[in-house]
Amino acid sequence: MPDVLAAEGLTKSYKGRCVADSVSFTVARGGSVGVVGESGSGKTTVARMISGLIEPDAGTVSVNGRARGHDRGRAARLRRAREIQMVFQDPYGSLDRRLTVGNALRDVLKRHRCGKTVAELMDSVGLAAELESSRPHQLSGGQRQRVAIAKALAVDPAVLVLDEAVSALDVSVQARILALLNEIRRDTGVGLVFVTHDLAVAAEVTDTLLVMYQGKVVEHGDTATVLRSPEHPYTEMLLSSAPGPGWRPEQVAELRAAFADSQEAADA
Amino acid sequence: MTVLLRPAGTRPAWLYRICAGILVITVAAAVFAPIVAPYEPSAADFAALWQPPSLEHWLGTDHLGRDILSRVIHGAQPSLLGAIALLAFATVLGVLIGVVAAWKRGWVDTVLARITDVMFAFPGLLFVVLVIAVFGRGPATAVIGMGLAFAPVIAKFTRAVALEELARPYVDAYRLQGVGGVELCLRYVVPNLLPTLAGYLVVLFGDGLMSLAALNFLGFGAQPPSSEWGLMVEESRAGVIQGYLAPAIIPGLAIAIVVVATNVVGVRLSDKLAVRP
Repeated sequence: MPDVLAAEGLTKSYKGRCVADSVSFTVARGGSVGVVGESGSGKTTVARMISGLIEPDAGTVSVNGRARGHDRGRAARLRRAREIQMVFQDPYGSLDRRLTVGNALRDVLKRHRCGKTVAELMDSVGLAAELESSRPHQLSGGQRQRVAIAKALAVDPAVLVLDEAVSALDVSVQARILALLNEIRRDTGVGLVFVTHDLAVAAEVTDTLLVMYQGKVVEHGDTATVLRSPEHPYTEMLLSSAPGPGWRPEQVAELRAAFADSQEAADA
Repeated sequence: MTVLLRPAGTRPAWLYRICAGILVITVAAAVFAPIVAPYEPSAADFAALWQPPSLEHWLGTDHLGRDILSRVIHGAQPSLLGAIALLAFATVLGVLIGVVAAWKRGWVDTVLARITDVMFAFPGLLFVVLVIAVFGRGPATAVIGMGLAFAPVIAKFTRAVALEELARPYVDAYRLQGVGGVELCLRYVVPNLLPTLAGYLVVLFGDGLMSLAALNFLGFGAQPPSSEWGLMVEESRAGVIQGYLAPAIIPGLAIAIVVVATNVVGVRLSDKLAVRP
């Protein structure tokens, strides 16, 4: 399948500290790439560079073979909006608290002159029609995230970036949102970039996985393969850090210490 | 024994209700002054100068024999309207400066911060004198001059809350949907700031009322025969030396009561409105 998104050599530094170092990957139409790593690994920076919320120091992002422009003006902004949309981690802060669900969706549809209706959009993300007149504070975390997804999908984007989009939700709600995302990418062909610290979530919704450590991609490959037989010690450590049957925190601490030592030795 | 302590800074509900009631009465007096006031505010009665409170004149009369109660009731309108106009002018200017500074950041923020710092450094009276020097004396110039002094306070407050608001993910979501900077600020961010700002403005209302009354007392704003409260205190000043305290004290009390009431109501409102989920 042709690539809808190509990120090439994305690099970003803050105050001399490199938070993303030559990050490159592609997303196929209807494909899903997971970006995993611990807090501070640079995955959110990558997500924000892709969506255009922050400017990379170096590197390019192309959508459907065309480099993302910086043209000013309403038409250019709307075109960029139809290229990439983003869903944020915080379901409480990512919706305008003044607007009802219906008005928030109507606002996007009107701006982009989309042929869809609010009812169709709500239905596509599994939101009950009676929630149309609800404001964000009247919704649960999962419902808010569905509204955020509906808003993002309203413009028919080529790529949807999800930055820890299910991290703030409880497990059962997470599962329903992940199932919805899989359904959406199958039905619409939207490419997903799924940023998460949760490997189980990544396994559920991504085909390809990028493992980031201190701004660098340390492992990149098919999600099932990376999770089954990790090659990099950091990936191994991440996998062993996930709680499960027989999980021993002290073993995780040992692995972490060994990994830190190996990195120090490598740096020296 | 259980000792229930009220958290610091909170006031009992009855105090809020009384103060809200005072404000309602004041606004009603301002609106319905011609109906509720027993006399014309500027009707002089030279046979009844400096009268003490009586059944005929509940709060007595002033140096021209005018009924003080009627003048206080009629004075509510220019006093309240003056403070509202002052705050409206200062709010438009302050919100504009604050939101632009928070949105643009960088050198724009620095330049606007320096300008507001310089404005802070001068007393409000100086702005009023400056505006009067250019446009002449009158209620409008007093409002504009004092509004210039209030604008930096509102600008600083707006900048702080706008910075917090602009950091919220919904703002990024709007940007990604192709909403331009001006539309984003005017249509989405400012309306979200208004509840927080409204609480603060009610608290500032008392300050505005007092500042305007002080200007009118000094003769910079309202002119006779207006029954604006600050001007009433000024006109009755001479009577204090002669022992006629009521004509000066009553409008002064009206100012004090309304200022305290707006502060109590404002603090309560800002506590409620400032909660942003």
